[in-house]
Amino acid sequence: MERYYQEEIECASRETIKAIQDEKLVKQVRHVWENVPYYRKKMEEKGVTPDDIHSSDDLYKLPFLSKADLREAYPYGLVGVPLKDCVRIQSTSGTTGKRVVAFYTQHDIDLWEDCCARAITAAGGTNEDVCQVSYGYGLFTGGPGLNGGSHKVGCLTIPTSSGNTDRQIMFIRDLNATILCCTPSYAAYLGERMKEMGLGPDDIPLKAGIFGAEAWSEEMRQDIQKTLGIKAYDIYGLTELSGPGVSFECSAQSGMHINEDHFIAEIIDPDTGEVLPEGSEGELVFTSVDKEAFPLLRYRTRDICSLTREKCSCGRTHVRMMKPKGRTDDMLIIRGVNVFPSQIETVLINHGYAANYQIIVGRVNNTDTLDVQVEMTPEMFTDNMGEIAERQKQLVDGLKSMLGIKAKVSLVAPKTIARSEGKAVRVIDNRKI
Amino acid sequence: MSIKQISVFLENRPGKLKNMTGVLAQAGIDMRALSLAETKDFGIARIIVDDVFEAVNVLKEADFVASLTSVLAVAVPDEPGGLDKLLAYFNEAEVNIEYMYAFLGGNDAKHAYMIFRVADTKAAEAKLSGKGLRILTQEDIAQI
Repeated sequence: MERYYQEEIECASRETIKAIQDEKLVKQVRHVWENVPYYRKKMEEKGVTPDDIHSSDDLYKLPFLSKADLREAYPYGLVGVPLKDCVRIQSTSGTTGKRVVAFYTQHDIDLWEDCCARAITAAGGTNEDVCQVSYGYGLFTGGPGLNGGSHKVGCLTIPTSSGNTDRQIMFIRDLNATILCCTPSYAAYLGERMKEMGLGPDDIPLKAGIFGAEAWSEEMRQDIQKTLGIKAYDIYGLTELSGPGVSFECSAQSGMHINEDHFIAEIIDPDTGEVLPEGSEGELVFTSVDKEAFPLLRYRTRDICSLTREKCSCGRTHVRMMKPKGRTDDMLIIRGVNVFPSQIETVLINHGYAANYQIIVGRVNNTDTLDVQVEMTPEMFTDNMGEIAERQKQLVDGLKSMLGIKAKVSLVAPKTIARSEGKAVRVIDNRKI
Repeated sequence: MSIKQISVFLENRPGKLKNMTGVLAQAGIDMRALSLAETKDFGIARIIVDDVFEAVNVLKEADFVASLTSVLAVAVPDEPGGLDKLLAYFNEAEVNIEYMYAFLGGNDAKHAYMIFRVADTKAAEAKLSGKGLRILTQEDIAQI
């Protein structure tokens, strides 16, 4: 039976959701106009005032915010309340340039933790569960967000934070953890370490995992589910909007429900900024309609995905976003072709390799080079040189048909690609442009 | 009567072979024979050792990918024409050789030893038996 944390809102009719959004948006635009001069100026430049915004249908009139705006306004330029009303900051992991600092009032923390509690409940969590949070705690939102959500659900929470893998496995086994929260690459690494220790899925009590903070493929999900003997749920979020829990997967594992009572989602053409019809693939844009301290309107996430309002078997009515292919910042342009690391991951796993890989981009004689390094595994190794070379060639062909460009595949020794406890470093771009 | 050869995956980069021999040296493994096959970016080291079980264990602990392959080790008189005579038997029996390499016998100065990788080790053994060839066992290898 599907469980909900806040059934009334999670399963509300589309009309109710729209009415909530309309009301909150009108209020939020006025709040921002009055308290965030940085955004007010942007509105004035576009010739828009709060009087032009009557409902979410008028959203398109508002100017966009980008990561560049956040950097420009750093640190206080987008804060919407006096600092005495703020109780916390969190910060991005800084994987793509300068850090972003986000502010929270107690109300903001509460609604963020509600979102995480919805995600944990959707993964089957109740107050009978033991939830191990192996996301990093600190400035990174992963640990604090899921920790708060886990408390709200009433799970016994194990705040291991990231790292010390053998201790993670010990706690899972000794304290009977049933839910694991961490990045997918760390979940895969835990599975790998368990195998080395001679432990299989039956040796651990885990039943569900909530994995996010980086792009991962469906194939990687299948792998993790098998190795850990769990159901693996995707969770999505951005520090700029609160953290994990902006959207989350339900039992259908078919797209992530966006918490629409707090966030309005749009898909736009990343080049023109034009809003695209439902189902189109484009850049995801979020408007946070009830955050006080850091009220971002029309924030461009740089994530490429699509939305669907098709009825979900779980009973939730909130719009679903399909798994982002990756951030536009993760996207590589190689010989003029868009390449996402997640596409490469899909091909690797389909060809029997593990998700331990690194992508090295270079430039020789003004031509981009793409080198995919993948670790040899006992399963893929044979004494037959010709067979290894043949599999390598099949992989090159598979990458060619997925990406449309030729990549070099290098087989490297096990454990030579560094394991990550947080976000995996998949790409090394040596091009000097 | 076949013996076990250990095949080890190596990246084709400076120091990688030395890493492997270092692990074996540390564990006191005595290598009888070694052969390298390589492409531009990776290679396979094929080794015959005195203690197969221990060698595989220490290699795996050191994060090497290694597998076991059955091969035939055959004694050949260390004199002109020795290998030619031996290969004549393979010819007669129509046994195709995938790869082979040689080593000289430790205490036995009169013989060299050939390691043969064939598609079907058991069938090859049956065909070559009764020809007066000395095919070595794992124990022989440990004691050479």
